[in-house]
Amino acid sequence: MENLINIGIRSVFIDNMIFAYFLGMCSFLAISKKVKTAFGLGMAVIFVLGVTVPINWLIQNYVLNAGALAWIGDDFKNVDLNFLQFIIFICVIAAVVQLTEMAVEKFSPALYGTLGIFLPLIAVNCSILGGALFMVGRPYNLAEATVFGFGSGIGWMLAIVALAGVREKMKYSNVPAPLRGLGITFILVGLMSLGFLSFLGFSL
Amino acid sequence: MSTATAEVEVVEKKAEPLFSKKNKKLISNPLDIDNPITVQVLGVCSALAVTTQMKPALVMSIGLMVVTASSNVVISMMRNSIPSRIRIIVQLAIVSLWVILVDQILKAYVYDVSKQLSVFVGLIITNCIVMGRLEAFAMGNKPWPSFLDGIGNGLGYGLILMAVAFIRELFGGGSLFGFKVFEAMGVHYTGNGLLLLPAGACILVGIVIWIQRTLNGFRESH
Repeated sequence: MENLINIGIRSVFIDNMIFAYFLGMCSFLAISKKVKTAFGLGMAVIFVLGVTVPINWLIQNYVLNAGALAWIGDDFKNVDLNFLQFIIFICVIAAVVQLTEMAVEKFSPALYGTLGIFLPLIAVNCSILGGALFMVGRPYNLAEATVFGFGSGIGWMLAIVALAGVREKMKYSNVPAPLRGLGITFILVGLMSLGFLSFLGFSL
Repeated sequence: MSTATAEVEVVEKKAEPLFSKKNKKLISNPLDIDNPITVQVLGVCSALAVTTQMKPALVMSIGLMVVTASSNVVISMMRNSIPSRIRIIVQLAIVSLWVILVDQILKAYVYDVSKQLSVFVGLIITNCIVMGRLEAFAMGNKPWPSFLDGIGNGLGYGLILMAVAFIRELFGGGSLFGFKVFEAMGVHYTGNGLLLLPAGACILVGIVIWIQRTLNGFRESH
């Protein structure tokens, strides 16, 4: 249990998807102009990361790893499907995103109204595939992988909401014309990332 | 279906010179006024993450250029037979095939760089440049212009990547391509650790954008 809390805190603050690894920057920069939409996208990312990381963990450990197919029969003991990792992961992500979109549309039209347009975008958000690939590189078990997925999602959501909050206030400041928009946003992200550096060295 | 359209296009293509003015623009525009990173805001994640040293940055740019150009060509040949509802997943499947190829080649020939790039080779799949060019260009254009567009955007991406990596490696670590420049000149230099951190990269890219937009006059309303 302690271990799970540790992984959760680490993935939210210390190994933050945005400030430590720059994953999901494209939508992070493009959809952070308003706090409300940023929050909607953030919630969708939390959900998709929390669902796809454990699914991909199962696939990695029961299908892709060398010898992982041994549960089918002895003939499959020597099969190593690791080279298929990318394509299978991205297909799982795209399928989960599509299913989520259809389920949300059917069962909760109100939620669909807020999340709807962001869901298809999430399939190509690097933080989702990045989360799955990081999970493979670290020796997590299923519970840890799930916590890691949700934690990374929460970290991403916090980051995008914080940036959107700052950008809403940027309207009132006089930024040099060539720096306006993207340029100043990058510098803002850099400064926020410096702030997040203060979490470095935390251990529970 | 797709092969038939491709053949028709080969015939039509000959009518236009291979490097007409329009086609040259496809390569030169992304280097400057239509740069994928600084103007279109695509593919930023990897641009920041792989630029602590020049060697991985160079390998990454080449990898991305190959993937963008080749998947642009494939999608462009298939563009009339892809149902629009499932086009994202078709595009993702084709891109990931090319990325698997690039990944295996990197693992075979430059294993140390491949280790250094870690997940970022795989993340070319979700690199917004590839998806963005497929959606915006290859879905509506013939294979040859699509190929040039892929090469051009790959070059534009590489240009920014190399510029950022140059500054970060030179002033952050005091070397270029692993060669200790300051030591060779006999100057003692203590690396500026900030440049090697994520924060330094963001601020640096912000400044690169500032300089480029001052030069080419591109402005954002807000």
